[in-house]
Amino acid sequence: MSDLQRTSAHFSVNERLIFEEGSPGRRAFDLPALDVPAKAVHELIDPKLLRDDIGGMPELSEVDVIRHFTRLSTWNYHIDLGLYPLGSCTMKYNPKINERMVRLEGFAFAHPYLPSDRVQGALEIQKSLETCLAEISGMDAVTLQPAAGAHGELTGILMVRAYHESRGNPRKKILIPDSAHGTNPASAAISGYVIETVPSSKKGTVDLDRLAHLVNEDVAAIMITNPNTLGIFESEIAEIAELLHSRGALVYMDGANLNAMMGITRPGDFGVDVLHINLHKTFTTPHGGGGPGAGPVAVKKILEPFLPYPVISQNPQGAYFFDYARPQSIGKIKAYNGHFGMHVRALCYILANGAAGLKEVSEIAVLNANYIRAKLKNAYALAYESPTLHEVVFSDRLQERKDVHVWDIGKRLIDYGFHPPTVSFPLIVPGAIMIEPTETESKQELDGFIQAMLSIAKESEEKPEIVKTAPHTTRIGRIDEAGAARRPVLRWKPEP
Amino acid sequence: MRYIPNSAADRNQMLSEIGIDSIERLFAGIPEKLRLRRLLDLPKPLTEPELIEYFQSRAAKNSVAEAAFVGGGIYRHYIPIIIDALISRSEFYTAYTPYQAEIAQGTLQAIFEFQTYIAQLTGMEVANASLYDGSTALAEAVLMAQRISKKNRFLVARTVHPEYRAVVGTYAKNLGIEMDLIEYETDGRIDLEKLERQIAADVAAVVVQSPNFFGSIERTHDISEVTHRRGALSIVNVCEAIALGILKPPGGDALEERTADIVVGEGQSLGVPPSFGGPHVGFLATRERYVRQMPGRLVGMGKDYSGRAGFVLTLSTREQHIRREKATSNICTNQSLCALMATIYLATVGPKGLREICEHNILKTDYAVNEIGRRTKYRAIFPAPRFNEFVVQVSGDCPYGLPLSHLYPELGNAVLLCVTETVRRHEIDAMVQRLPS
Repeated sequence: MSDLQRTSAHFSVNERLIFEEGSPGRRAFDLPALDVPAKAVHELIDPKLLRDDIGGMPELSEVDVIRHFTRLSTWNYHIDLGLYPLGSCTMKYNPKINERMVRLEGFAFAHPYLPSDRVQGALEIQKSLETCLAEISGMDAVTLQPAAGAHGELTGILMVRAYHESRGNPRKKILIPDSAHGTNPASAAISGYVIETVPSSKKGTVDLDRLAHLVNEDVAAIMITNPNTLGIFESEIAEIAELLHSRGALVYMDGANLNAMMGITRPGDFGVDVLHINLHKTFTTPHGGGGPGAGPVAVKKILEPFLPYPVISQNPQGAYFFDYARPQSIGKIKAYNGHFGMHVRALCYILANGAAGLKEVSEIAVLNANYIRAKLKNAYALAYESPTLHEVVFSDRLQERKDVHVWDIGKRLIDYGFHPPTVSFPLIVPGAIMIEPTETESKQELDGFIQAMLSIAKESEEKPEIVKTAPHTTRIGRIDEAGAARRPVLRWKPEP
Repeated sequence: MRYIPNSAADRNQMLSEIGIDSIERLFAGIPEKLRLRRLLDLPKPLTEPELIEYFQSRAAKNSVAEAAFVGGGIYRHYIPIIIDALISRSEFYTAYTPYQAEIAQGTLQAIFEFQTYIAQLTGMEVANASLYDGSTALAEAVLMAQRISKKNRFLVARTVHPEYRAVVGTYAKNLGIEMDLIEYETDGRIDLEKLERQIAADVAAVVVQSPNFFGSIERTHDISEVTHRRGALSIVNVCEAIALGILKPPGGDALEERTADIVVGEGQSLGVPPSFGGPHVGFLATRERYVRQMPGRLVGMGKDYSGRAGFVLTLSTREQHIRREKATSNICTNQSLCALMATIYLATVGPKGLREICEHNILKTDYAVNEIGRRTKYRAIFPAPRFNEFVVQVSGDCPYGLPLSHLYPELGNAVLLCVTETVRRHEIDAMVQRLPS
């Protein structure tokens, strides 16, 4: 076996849908005997309100359930198996202690509707995390209520709106650079704003002069990502903020890329008024196959009155409580106070690192990304020459000559044992290949990835067909997505 | 730092291959005036044993036992051990969103199974891959109904979870949506005739919850029928998903006019711990003809180019990464791992186990209501049939349940009590004894 291609054929067990498994009479669950008087349910509830049997629900034994989901699990790639170079996603190792701590009974079974003196531990965890996130981002106050990054964006923009309304005019527009994540315009739209796109300069950053023409009294805020989705630090960010502020507009920052700057520079110090932070990116809460995440929002003093209620306050004796007396609040953005389970994990990670540790995280994340950039820049076309931080964006320009596209390169990486990078984003780079290794990858793992990418560049020249038809080592090949969308099959149904 | 593999020697070698002499050089693009030239002011780093001590001492300050009779949208049901064993597999919990279908078939098939289970439970044709939670799912349902109906007025029952109503209000207020409340009657439910009179021609949808916030079971099929007769859409919210194991589901009627158009809710009851309010798992189910107006991710069955069956995220042209500001929602995720917990829960308890769990909830709640009636001067104030919650007016401070005085001041000193299958008879007896006399 060559060192280069680190996958090999390996059995994986086929498994039908769970609805096609089991047989009548199997059980994986028993209730303790009923210890109150038995009655027929229809004596208590009108039979018209009761259902018949749930058709099609399988009956399974405990072993059936374990085997089924264990077999499914073996079909997944995951961070404990290897590098996940997804740009903008910050797929880093998830420390095991986080998982253990969140399962402590006092956290897992705490109920938010108990009186506050019965949940002081949970409230202290949330307050401590708020304090840490405020310091890391350089902001004044934090809400932990939003459930995910996009939910944080919505929360933040609603606060921007409430701020302007409190001054008599909600304004009309949100400015968004063309390199932004798609959630930015979507979040601004459901907050009732019109979106105006800000074109990027040749350097890949916001063009201050062109921006100056767009900023007027109709603009409520700019939504800016820094470092941006190309991995480039917006070096004129302070001037951008000054420009917006001079016309009474605010600066919203998408904090997706905070992993590049912890302890290096702080959004609150370069003019940002409000930002969301993705705990599932920078702060190691696991992605879970697509959620749950968490998207706390940090704000400057001027926006504090508008935070979703409740906020966590302390009484004169130092006891924590949920404070609902917030007359200017935007309201509730989610029931209860956010994804507490993710808050425990994120705080555990911050406390494990401390200040020097978090700075080291950002330094090595940036070192790893620049190492990949240096090693691949002759084989793949750099989208922009500007220096980059925690991620680097190439394009498929050189490979396209042989009709090999970014999607093919990503799929071929699977055969080499790696997850594909983010592809076709940001939209301003045709054929974008966006790579973010994070700090939790060793030099050996990075070298393996680099070798694989170089090998694919060579294959693209010499035998492009093998790249264009990849992957070749997986359970299934590329799915006909257009076919799947044309006649969607979204659930199992029993055979008629 | 123990989560960073590269040593000083590794780092130096990498720097020399990049052709620079220090990591500091990599940050040259950040103007000096913006650099933080001090360490962040954070607690000193803790080792693993210190972290365990830190978190154990905080966890000990939360009272778990006293949560036994508290519900209000978060319910304590028994969680079979195998759920945690399975979701603790790195293959599930450390995987990314399944955009690369070839190496994410495990996650994709599990979501497809979740969608099927939710469709079966709600009696609807299709369900999505999950949403953040019940409250945001309800907000998304309202926005979806606005898109379908092109109308802006919504009638929302006052017996819908108050926090859910608040969240809908936050989402709706900049989109021209207006909300009117539907009052409850003395039996704890909505009156059908009054409802019918209240539905004017400009009403987009009627939103009710069953079991409602007082624990009363609403006649959702009659409500859907009345709603459709007046030309509006019917949205049913379910905070207590376990109840769908025994109650006739909002989608489950042979007559289309008697079925809901959108069924949303919270799946926390299905094997997800309360966790001080989250993460939980919202769901949204609807009719096939509204699929393209649905928010959130969807997994579909497809074929690869050699004809092998597999699963893939589908209908993504509704979503923000393609449509940007014209998307059906700004949502960019689902609650995959919590949806997986619910899926494993349903596979484990099975149809018979689910029905038995429901029966125990109903009978233990009935026992608690009767014991309170027999041994105290208090009564459950709403006579409508109930699942596992009920309202009692008490004098003085009640050490149990959720006080309702700030949410429903007209009920006076009332508390919402919850009794699930996890509560034993002697605990109910002790609770009844300790009610203020």
